[in-house]
Amino acid sequence: MLLKHTPVEIMERKALVINPAKTCQPVGAMYAALGIHACMPHSHGSQGCCSYHRSALTRHYKEPAMATTSSFTEGSSVFGGQANLVQAIDNIFTIYEPDIIAVHTTCLSETIGDDITQISRKAKDEGKVPEGKYVIHANTPSYIGSHVTGFANMCKGMVDYFSEKTGVKTNRFNIIPGYVEPSDMEEIKRLLSLMGVEFIMFPDTSGVLNGPMTGRFSMYPDGGVTVEQLKQTGDSMGTLALGETASSLAAKTLDTKFKVPCEMLELPIGLSCTDAFIDTLRKAAGITVPDAITYERGQMVDVITDMHQYFYGKKVALFGDPDQLISLTQFFLDLDMKPVHIVTGTPGKRFEKVIRSMTADLPYNINVRESGDTFLLHQWIKNEPVDLLVGNTYGKYIARDEDIPFLRHGFPIVDRVGHSYFPTVGYKGGLRLLEKVLDLLLDRIDRDAKEESFELVL
Amino acid sequence: MESSKPLYSGESLEELKQDILKKYPTKVARKRAKQIIINTIDEKEKVPEIGANARTIPGILTQRGCTYAGCKGVILGPTRDLVNIVHGPIGCSFYAWLTRRNQTRLKTPDDENYMTYCFSTDMQDSDIVFGGEGKLKTAVQEAYDLFKPKAISIFSTCPVGLIGDDVHQVAREMKAKLGINVFAFSCEGYKGVSQSAGHHIANNGIFKHVVGEDDTVQDGEYKINLLGEYNIGGDGFEIDRILSACGIKVISTYSGNSTYDQFANSHTADLNTVMCHRSINYVAEMMETKFGIPWIKINFIGAKATAKSLRKIAEYFGEQKLIDTVEEVIAKEMPEVESAMADARSHCEGKTAMMFVGGSRAHHYQELFNELGMRTVSAGYEFAHRDDYEGRKVLPTIKVDADSRNIEELQIEKDSARFRARKTKEQLKTLADKGFTFKDYKGMMPGMEQGSLVIDDISHYETEQLIEFFEPDVVCAGIKEKFVVQKSGVPMKQLHSYDSGGPYAGFRGAINFYKEIDRMVNSRVWAYVKAPWQKNPELSGSYAWE
Repeated sequence: MLLKHTPVEIMERKALVINPAKTCQPVGAMYAALGIHACMPHSHGSQGCCSYHRSALTRHYKEPAMATTSSFTEGSSVFGGQANLVQAIDNIFTIYEPDIIAVHTTCLSETIGDDITQISRKAKDEGKVPEGKYVIHANTPSYIGSHVTGFANMCKGMVDYFSEKTGVKTNRFNIIPGYVEPSDMEEIKRLLSLMGVEFIMFPDTSGVLNGPMTGRFSMYPDGGVTVEQLKQTGDSMGTLALGETASSLAAKTLDTKFKVPCEMLELPIGLSCTDAFIDTLRKAAGITVPDAITYERGQMVDVITDMHQYFYGKKVALFGDPDQLISLTQFFLDLDMKPVHIVTGTPGKRFEKVIRSMTADLPYNINVRESGDTFLLHQWIKNEPVDLLVGNTYGKYIARDEDIPFLRHGFPIVDRVGHSYFPTVGYKGGLRLLEKVLDLLLDRIDRDAKEESFELVL
Repeated sequence: MESSKPLYSGESLEELKQDILKKYPTKVARKRAKQIIINTIDEKEKVPEIGANARTIPGILTQRGCTYAGCKGVILGPTRDLVNIVHGPIGCSFYAWLTRRNQTRLKTPDDENYMTYCFSTDMQDSDIVFGGEGKLKTAVQEAYDLFKPKAISIFSTCPVGLIGDDVHQVAREMKAKLGINVFAFSCEGYKGVSQSAGHHIANNGIFKHVVGEDDTVQDGEYKINLLGEYNIGGDGFEIDRILSACGIKVISTYSGNSTYDQFANSHTADLNTVMCHRSINYVAEMMETKFGIPWIKINFIGAKATAKSLRKIAEYFGEQKLIDTVEEVIAKEMPEVESAMADARSHCEGKTAMMFVGGSRAHHYQELFNELGMRTVSAGYEFAHRDDYEGRKVLPTIKVDADSRNIEELQIEKDSARFRARKTKEQLKTLADKGFTFKDYKGMMPGMEQGSLVIDDISHYETEQLIEFFEPDVVCAGIKEKFVVQKSGVPMKQLHSYDSGGPYAGFRGAINFYKEIDRMVNSRVWAYVKAPWQKNPELSGSYAWE
């Protein structure tokens, strides 16, 4: 047994987190910053932060994840990191030649109280920022929120530094896609194009973290939202924020600063949430949904109705990020499956409230926890076993010990590929999820069937 | 692919170096110039001085991590029965959770193993403002209540040092309260210049808090400790297999496949053998001073190096029985190794490698490449010190800077109750007369070719330039470099995590490595990078349709 010390009896813990279902802010900020074209994410802290975040992103994407660090020493921790950051800015622009440096802070630089605005102004005054280049930043203290919060804060940083209002409204929508995979961002863009909606998506990591093999390393791949596009976000008709935790902050900032109205939607994962996304777009942009999209939806519903017997009543345990979990839970409910244990490590009261209201009518109780961990989830599973576990790669230890079919979803997935190329958003993404879930459930039926009842046709 | 590459002249390498430096701001160029060295070896095995264990310049894309990573991630990570609580925000513990591939093998199914668990105090802003000692105490208590482990260790992350939480006081208090060993490490990420400082802090802690706790004299002959072996991908298992076949008893391994009890008992061994000189030579020194255990440098990476190391251990103990067994084991293992070597060599000979990794791996793995007939055109360490490059003879001349000074040096004295000289003066003299050397490490550079390029703490920019210049057939480094290199069309082997492969140590490990490198440098997959229409963009083919 891999997690043999996990007892069935649950003891509430006040201080000790075991096997977390979250990580810290800076990695989310780094991921978001990689979704700006020609941008170098910069970690203002110890070397280890940057090294760990780059390693985590690299293992998840099997792609280069480039970022620099202020390489704090004991001295900088005592006297402040200004000298380090100014020197870093000079070196980065000189050696790696990005258009933008996107600085995020760490628990270290936040605890000592470095003022990034003041430090980057100093760098600019000293001529360390070449003409036409930018240093932007987001405060991402690791002791608040989670990696999703860091993503949200960096998205807000993009608005804070770049968004402008010229007074001339455009017919574009801002789309903040949420903390999703490059493949998901690509799919959302495809759907928007099919709908004929003009848009600016930020951040956009497609083409950055799922790029092709070309025989030539490129520090700044073709993908990413451009500075020009970010500037125009203040003139857009409206903003669609997908996923409250990851995207609402930047959307609200655009609303407050430039009166760009915003609509919060759940991530378009699964049937109902994708329906809501498409229908909201339809109304907001005043367009008819093209047949091609209705067709894709129909295919998805076809599989759901055809295979309903295998989904019905199956119990699911899920862990991961709040935005993903809300949409996935809704999806499993759409399928008549039974989500029974749901844990996110990310703090925030909305999560439990939304899940509770989604499941209020169910004839059974569910366990749901924000600021929880997968040690607790495992204990819940031991007390009430499930037919499917959904979560990032770390879930495989629970899945193996308890012999549960396991669907990898979320961050990080470090032992499989696919997530960066095949989306789970939209109807096509929904079809892929259906296929994956069915594969797991049907493989289990095949594995466990007695010889006499082993079936050819399922 | 070419089967051989021309040698590089000193001039051409100097030109490459100057080209690289040209890109840097003046101050950076001056510093990097000391860390990029064209290797020369004089008749006394003297090599040029290299800048090492120096601060990484902010903004330079470095391979390096932090002190916490070295302490918790590298050294204490592989000890399975310790509950390692990380005191800090969640990320530090999360990133060190199962990411280093240290394998562990329980002796019985009931043995404790916490390596699959990740423990953190998950500090919040209120803990930063009001202090986190209370939360830490509660966390230790909760870990005890849940698991009743034999020991709990506490690791400090950056903010802990800044807000002044006294983790050592908490450890003392909880040790008294719980009646189990509880100890803490001040391994904040900002200390030192790389992971190396963390190795030192971790090893000092183990030495101070655990070594010598258990005086039980175990059965078995030829008792050794294996220091600086982390059992990545099962390396330690293969080494244990070989040592056991030789009749050599391993009392403890620091720290692959290790347990608390092994450390506690490790002072009863009769020889310390050092694999990774960088991460642990000071432990060997302290054990010698305190307990009288001599140490030698060994290396189980490479079949010939493995044989040589076994012979050296046998020579130390000096008993014919052991010498004979070692020879028998080598004779039994080598035919399979040699046949695999010859097979791979016939495909790999003359190809080139570059290696930028670790504090010993960039050196040790040259053995395996040599066995394949492959040349290491450029190599360097991520976090080593000058002695790892130039040999221990430069130790007296290494200047101790401020960053090293703030890493505690333990003042060790002879433990009169436990000190036992393992060899008499006469025995030592006899060994010395035969050319046997203790605590001798010549470093990486004297073993490398003249005119190879040695680079300490290589940056991303330099890596790119080197790939363009050397066009190596394989590059070895870590996960962050992996896909940068591969995107350039060059296969890349991770030598921290082995790309989920291994073991590569010992005899069977060598065979695995030969096959792996053969696969990598001779694979057809790299030929697919260009599409047919990119290889032949002219449209002449279209006439065929007419």
